[in-house]
Amino acid sequence: MESTIIIEKSVIIIAVFALTMLMAMYSTLAERKIAAWLQDRVGPNRAGKGGILQPLADGLKLFSKEEFLPNTPNKFLFVIGPAISMSMALITSAVIPWGDKLHLFGRDIILQATDIDVAMLFIFGVLSVSVYGIMIGGWASNNKFSLMSAMRAGSQMISYEVAMGLAIIALVMMSGTLSLREIAAQQSGMNWNIFYQPLGFLIFLVCSFAETNRTPFDLAECEAELIGGYHTEYSSMKMGFYLFAEYASMFISSTILAVLYFGAYNYPGMDWAVENWGVNIANVIGMVVLFAKICFFIFFYMWIRWTIPRFRYDQLMNLGWKMLIPLAIVNIVITGAVILLFQ
Amino acid sequence: MSLDTVSLSGRKKEVSNKKMTFWESLYLVAIAKGLVITIRHLFKRKVTIKYPEQKREFSPVYRGQHMLMRDDEGRERCTACGLCALSCPAEAITMKAEERKPEEKHLYREEKYASIYEINMLRCIFCGLCEEACPKQAIYLTKSKVIVKSNSNREDFIYGKDKLVMPLEMAIQNTNQNKAS
Amino acid sequence: MIEVLFYILSTITLGTALLTIFSRNPIHSAIYLVICFFSIAGHYLLLNAQFLAIVHVIVYSGAIMILMLFTIMLMNLNKEHEKHKPKLIIIAATIAFCLVALVLLAALLKTKPVVESYYNSGTDFQSIKVLGQVLLNEYMVPFEFASVLLLVAMIGAVLISKKEKQKA
Repeated sequence: MESTIIIEKSVIIIAVFALTMLMAMYSTLAERKIAAWLQDRVGPNRAGKGGILQPLADGLKLFSKEEFLPNTPNKFLFVIGPAISMSMALITSAVIPWGDKLHLFGRDIILQATDIDVAMLFIFGVLSVSVYGIMIGGWASNNKFSLMSAMRAGSQMISYEVAMGLAIIALVMMSGTLSLREIAAQQSGMNWNIFYQPLGFLIFLVCSFAETNRTPFDLAECEAELIGGYHTEYSSMKMGFYLFAEYASMFISSTILAVLYFGAYNYPGMDWAVENWGVNIANVIGMVVLFAKICFFIFFYMWIRWTIPRFRYDQLMNLGWKMLIPLAIVNIVITGAVILLFQ
Repeated sequence: MSLDTVSLSGRKKEVSNKKMTFWESLYLVAIAKGLVITIRHLFKRKVTIKYPEQKREFSPVYRGQHMLMRDDEGRERCTACGLCALSCPAEAITMKAEERKPEEKHLYREEKYASIYEINMLRCIFCGLCEEACPKQAIYLTKSKVIVKSNSNREDFIYGKDKLVMPLEMAIQNTNQNKAS
Repeated sequence: MIEVLFYILSTITLGTALLTIFSRNPIHSAIYLVICFFSIAGHYLLLNAQFLAIVHVIVYSGAIMILMLFTIMLMNLNKEHEKHKPKLIIIAATIAFCLVALVLLAALLKTKPVVESYYNSGTDFQSIKVLGQVLLNEYMVPFEFASVLLLVAMIGAVLISKKEKQKA
């Protein structure tokens, strides 16, 4: 292996990691700000100008809190739970194409940590494993509410993974590849997948809400029934990790939504920009565009949160199994028929 | 006309249990409507009053910290009759009476005055009954226009005469105003 | 490099597999099994079978083990009140294990390993396109049979879980 590749990749990995953490940090502020604005309030505005330092203050507070371990027989599992949640939330960012390529130092730098052939499946694998963070943490808390919440989270995630996978299959049938890079490249111009797969997008959107445990599917931490849900017994930075993981995974799933359905880093006139302004400028604009799309989806998550009330558990399961899965299958059939017709 | 046919607020809606059509049961339209409603609030004027910088105006009948009044000549009105302490439902007021010396005539209006007058602000419920009970119109909750501040020490909530009696400057100002009018 | 990785992975696989059997707490067993599955996915990756590795993670660690954990948590088996098994069962289990070991050993001794050097066939077998074509062209019938089998199993599970209607 060339040492330049190692340097290049490690720079990208560190940049992506820092970006994810930064976005997760500021998502917490954005959440509170948007919640306030949608309710005619102002939101946190004391730390720094307009509350810009609020995430730092929150982090500092969490770090300085007392570390409390409940009387549980599984101290190790109790500690490992938030760690799994956090690492699984961060690991997905490895396969996401953040841009096409840059031409620096006489070589093409691909703006992606790794371009594997099965990127889409990789995302699903990570998603399915990320349930463990919640389940192990909830179980090791030795608290019946935490356990119930862990069960809810687990069954909810498994149920919605199915519909999500089926929604994706239609997209994969259309694009003919599982590599996110190729899918992104196929959507150049305004050739976005949302125009070809509106139903699939809707299903995927609903499922990604459920997978990230966000309202209206946040039954795992509904405070009215389950105190704090799976992180009831957690304190200090361990709880911070759980909360942080939620925001990190929200950022990642917004990114996936943007990459899969909203044309990733593509924007109308990108080819023209490449010809006239050079590869570098065109791709920096592309990255900014992708970032704007991601921010829109993060905002959308929060917008939905303050609009739709929480589902009841049976409604959640009905929606998942009786609505989304049949719809996704219908979507697959339609997509297959259309592909056959136009071949 | 019975009560359940009258709409008191003018916004009464009839509840119906009709079966939803397919489109309604998808809730997509309803969700879109809700999203529009919430996004509209994003651009509305915020109602928050940023407290230490901005303060809400007191209403004229707002009951805040008590004030022991002085008369036009700057003498304390209180005669330490104890009616306020008696009327206080929270038993927040204590006082100690003393006889006025001849040389103190310019300080106290009546022949008896309160040498110690204390209100425990932790007990006080700001009901204003002391104000109503006072025969000399010596105690008012509406005049000071001050909210009792928070504190971290219980002892600091027992307000003595140093905090309760109307400041002399204020009394002089009042007198001047009264003369002018 | 790859050899070292292989030995590390094998140690993890065997170690966690043994721990799965020997740990008293069923939840711990399940979690060891999850780690075991992960290391097996690692073996697939060493063999350059990315698709298989990821699918293995999704299906085994992501779905099956979660359901297993569910059952264990729901049945509240985490208290270690395992009853002592009768002697007869222990003896029977030992004999059965010895027999299985004998068969395996015999099979292992009798096999003639075919040592051939790898040759490059020109097709990239870890690409999903090739995999799909192979599955749906050459192995069409077994593939469909497998799906029918899964369907039947699913219907059977639904049928079993449904309560029989009481005659009114």
